[in-house]
Amino acid sequence: MSVRRQKLYSKEICACSIFGAMSRAGERFTGERVIRAMASMHHRGNGLGGGFAAYGIYPEFREYYAFHLMFTGDARAQREAKRAAEEFLLRNFDVVHDEEIPHSDDVHVRDPPLLWRYFLSPSKHGEDIDLPDDEYVVRKVIHVNSAIDNAYIFSSGKNMGCFKGVGYPEEIGRYFMLDRLYRGYLWTAHGRFPTNSQAWWGGAHPFGLLDTTVVHNGEISSYGTNRWYLEMLGYKCTLHTDTEVLAYAVDLLMRRQDLPMEIVAKILAPPTWETIDRMDVRKRELLTALRRIYAPLLMNGPFAVIVAQSGRMIGLTDRIRLRPLTVATRGDMFYISSEEASVRLISPSLDSVWSPRGGEPVVCEIDGMFEGRLEHEIAGAA
Amino acid sequence: MRSLVLPEFTISRSEECDRCRACEHQCPFGAHTYDVSKDKMISDSYRCAGCQRCAVFCPKGAIEIRPAPSFYRPNASWSRERIEDIKRQAESGGVLLTGCGSDKPFRIYWDHMLLNASQVTNPSIDPLREPMELRTFLGSKPDRLSLRSDTDTATDPFLMVETPVLFSAMSYGAISYNAFQALAIAASRSGTFFNTGEGGMPSEMKSQFKKHAIVQVASGRFGIDAEYLNCAAAVEIKIGQGAKPGIGGHLPGEKVSQHVAATRMIPEGTDAISPAPHHDIYSIEDLEMLISAIKEVTNYEKPVIVKVAAVHNISAIASGIVRAGADILAIDGVRGGTGAAPKVIRDNVGIPIELAISSVDRRLRDEGIRERCSIIAGGGIRCSADVVKAIALGADAVYIGTAALIAMGCTLCQRCHTGRCSWGICTQDPGLMRRLNVDDASRRLVNLLSAWSHEIKEMLGGMGINAIESLRGNRDQLRGIGLHEWELDVLGIKGAGE
Repeated sequence: MSVRRQKLYSKEICACSIFGAMSRAGERFTGERVIRAMASMHHRGNGLGGGFAAYGIYPEFREYYAFHLMFTGDARAQREAKRAAEEFLLRNFDVVHDEEIPHSDDVHVRDPPLLWRYFLSPSKHGEDIDLPDDEYVVRKVIHVNSAIDNAYIFSSGKNMGCFKGVGYPEEIGRYFMLDRLYRGYLWTAHGRFPTNSQAWWGGAHPFGLLDTTVVHNGEISSYGTNRWYLEMLGYKCTLHTDTEVLAYAVDLLMRRQDLPMEIVAKILAPPTWETIDRMDVRKRELLTALRRIYAPLLMNGPFAVIVAQSGRMIGLTDRIRLRPLTVATRGDMFYISSEEASVRLISPSLDSVWSPRGGEPVVCEIDGMFEGRLEHEIAGAA
Repeated sequence: MRSLVLPEFTISRSEECDRCRACEHQCPFGAHTYDVSKDKMISDSYRCAGCQRCAVFCPKGAIEIRPAPSFYRPNASWSRERIEDIKRQAESGGVLLTGCGSDKPFRIYWDHMLLNASQVTNPSIDPLREPMELRTFLGSKPDRLSLRSDTDTATDPFLMVETPVLFSAMSYGAISYNAFQALAIAASRSGTFFNTGEGGMPSEMKSQFKKHAIVQVASGRFGIDAEYLNCAAAVEIKIGQGAKPGIGGHLPGEKVSQHVAATRMIPEGTDAISPAPHHDIYSIEDLEMLISAIKEVTNYEKPVIVKVAAVHNISAIASGIVRAGADILAIDGVRGGTGAAPKVIRDNVGIPIELAISSVDRRLRDEGIRERCSIIAGGGIRCSADVVKAIALGADAVYIGTAALIAMGCTLCQRCHTGRCSWGICTQDPGLMRRLNVDDASRRLVNLLSAWSHEIKEMLGGMGINAIESLRGNRDQLRGIGLHEWELDVLGIKGAGE
């Protein structure tokens, strides 16, 4: 196959379990119950990928970007990738601390890569000097992931981290000792059932950019369309999975374009024209403009997704709701899961349980954290 | 001079014939005559165009028109067509004219691409039970929607179509008044657009059809004034046409009836000659000025389309056109139709639309300006699968011309340039024109669009996609079959099984 054609996308297909738990009061808890909930959905994965995102876990380094890197290949390739990546990081960042990501050798996992984390702050020079920090970091992450062989930055936010690999999610959770070493106020998790790709650690969920992470159950049929649009705007889809485009779409719309989640949900999973045409003029014009401008970001095909950001967790399904998503609350706790059973396992009594409608986002935020943010007049309309 | 060319067709008449003389009445070329003395129908196969009008209208079904079995001695180098073209030129001394799109066997890439469907991992969607959306928007799109100020939400003008199929430019003059009207009616009933071509818009149609009209500004500038530009949803600057890139047009004086003349704003009976280039566009910056002028005249309320023929460096041309301010780029491939063109041009100039769509889409994406314009692809769209494939390659919508004519009755006999169209489509002869019933023809066109739309929905649903816009540029849904590496590379698709 020609080089040009090799670069054509090879989308991964997978089905999955997804789970999210969050304390609206911002209280931190270990990953122990999250791992148990994921274990109860064991059959939704096939042992070829599991992962977690945890927020609030690095309070001592909260001012710094926490990069999690994996170096793959044989021992020599790993060393070479680490050398090249570190050379790049040191040139562009001030690294205040770095260490191997702790893991338990008692848990058997297949072909673990070398996993390392770095806490760093941008050290900008040249024409980058005027870039906002986040934009600077995004560009450097994209560079490492597309230009340095065998090195992947799979987590790049502040005071949060992704942990993922090949295995069942409960194995990955214990491998990283998430039940013992970390306490977070928000956890999301993913168990994977890929059907057409070789298992590799970088391909597991969550996917993230900065502090936005995505766990996703589904196949995005519009992948080719979403991908060219995002690539045109500077994103590079290097991980060959449709979940990546979701993460980049959220980054584009929320961080770069500063759109509120309510609007973003209407871009990713808009109402049908039949519904829009029946709305009052103001809503109709807004939603028509959204669909006209952002048509290439419509996520078509079956999906249920949990997007997490600092202080916020969002659940969303495709507009005709082809994949399951259940939402539950108990006191300050807020849960989103593929199955109600997994929530009941760790919280037998619940205050409320419901299944959101297709395309309707469920947003959970830390109490008070986002008060005073720009209230978009039109956002209410959507 | 006696013609030495063998007849192309043979006319056979069975014993069912009861000499009603319908065929004689139907044939505008005089292939059938009645011999009173012998009470017998006489066939002159030399005059037969193969249009099949007589065969369809013979009440007894007694007539059969077939390719003539007569032949010149077979010769791989000197085909029948080559021999006959030379004979005709030796007889006339002129450029050979023809009508319709090229009939040459250039590779039809549509037939070398296969579509995807969902199985197991992804549910297919039943369009009879679930919403399936074909609505799309054509025009320049901003990078983002700003919710903070009202000024930013003022949008660029756009066209909204309910199905991604528009009727391409066919002028009143080239086609009959009835055919022109049928296209206008069908476009308005189907939520899409028709295109006036460069023949102007008959004044009595202006108010009724302006919401569904695209008016054309071509090199002849016929029928153009501010009122014309403003009685449309969009304005199209025609630079080129797939059937005759680099060539102007010539509507012979015989076709310029009083009404055609009034619409084109030229004297009755004079030849309407469109120069090869626009004489105010000798470079890209001149195009920019014309686009600006049109936007100024239309108060920036209408998208401006620039139509070009697909030629070798189409992607660079497209980039220039987008940067010159076009809202929509229409590309016409080598198989695009025409009312009249030099045969040698039609059959030898241009490139297939499939390759053009893909390379233009890729170029505009690489330059980050893909959303600054929409792409309408035309020239060789034959069925709903072609529409789906064109969109998956990167088009926003397609233009159909030939397919629309066929829906109205055209049989592609390629005699458009004679003005004797037996189906009443491509003629100004009042008697022939009357053969095309406007209601009937518009109903056929509406049916065609409805049928294609249903089929497109089925294909989309099979792929697990419920909005046409999620197919645009989604080359993942295509695989090539029987193509060379370079062709797969230009199309940007993988081979089947890869």
